[in-house]
Amino acid sequence: MMKRLIIILALVAIALGFFPLAMRISGDSGLTALATHYVEAGAEELGAANLVTSVVVSYRGLDTLGEVMVLFTATTGVTALLVSGKSRSHKKEQESEHDSVGRREGSELLATGAAFLFPILILFGIYIFLNGHLTPGGGFQGGVVLASAFLLLLFSDCRLELNHALLKRAEAISGAAYVAVGLLGLWLAGGFLDPRFLPAGEFGQLFSAGAIPIIYILIGIKVGSELTGIVDAMRRCS
Amino acid sequence: MSQLMLVLFGLVMLVGAVAALYLKDTVSAILAAGSVSLVASLVYLLLGAPDVAMTEAAIGSALTTVVFLFSWSRIQHRSQSSKSPLAEKTDTNPEEQEDHQL
Repeated sequence: MMKRLIIILALVAIALGFFPLAMRISGDSGLTALATHYVEAGAEELGAANLVTSVVVSYRGLDTLGEVMVLFTATTGVTALLVSGKSRSHKKEQESEHDSVGRREGSELLATGAAFLFPILILFGIYIFLNGHLTPGGGFQGGVVLASAFLLLLFSDCRLELNHALLKRAEAISGAAYVAVGLLGLWLAGGFLDPRFLPAGEFGQLFSAGAIPIIYILIGIKVGSELTGIVDAMRRCS
Repeated sequence: MSQLMLVLFGLVMLVGAVAALYLKDTVSAILAAGSVSLVASLVYLLLGAPDVAMTEAAIGSALTTVVFLFSWSRIQHRSQSSKSPLAEKTDTNPEEQEDHQL
């Protein structure tokens, strides 16, 4: 009882401490100077119809590179913990053990649905990151949709073995190419990750906005292969 | 109208979050936590941030839930490996339902 009282008192104290902060928040009616520049000059400078993309990929491109690095580190950690050489062979043993007991198959509905949805999901994922500079979405979202397509496939068929060498290679090549595109921007245009070393093209067309579509394709492939790798490392046939 | 929807979705998120805390069944708690993300993505969409809404729906409500379910299934398997795999039956069905939320 005493403990609970202390907890409640602590919560009230924290709420009181932050009360002035909450009171001072007022809905901003206008944009800040930097945001105004992005909104007014963004479309002209970079030629991307989706303003969010030009901020994420170009103005704040370094932050996106940092996010990709964080995801890469997380994937490496998960894979190192779950798929070390010892546990792989252990997993194989478990699976053969399960085989003798009788493996639980994915249901007919799931198998048919997955086979039907897999190509559509792949196509949708590619559409999302290919059109990232025109419509909402981009590399991360498209990559996650790609990973979810593979996830569906892994659900429906437990015995399915993904090609790990191909996944690793796709991830490594796209990651290195992302940095290479950034360096190209540094040498040929205004700065690191500046997409303007390619022609801006016609506003609103698929081939426009300089190197932004290329960067988003690379991010999409990288995120897709990384998340597929995580899900594949975590799954266990039941 | 939009304000009302926001308040409604906020309440649904609160209910989902509290349910995730207090549900006894772990799989149900994971699904409740995933539903919070799903409603959050609707809120982002209403507030005019479709890019964030897509990320939230795909990562928050789909992949995170699946990773939690996989981990839970592994933990169950580890702790009950000597017994019959009866407990696993309960946690495989929601996985199948989960990916349709995409």
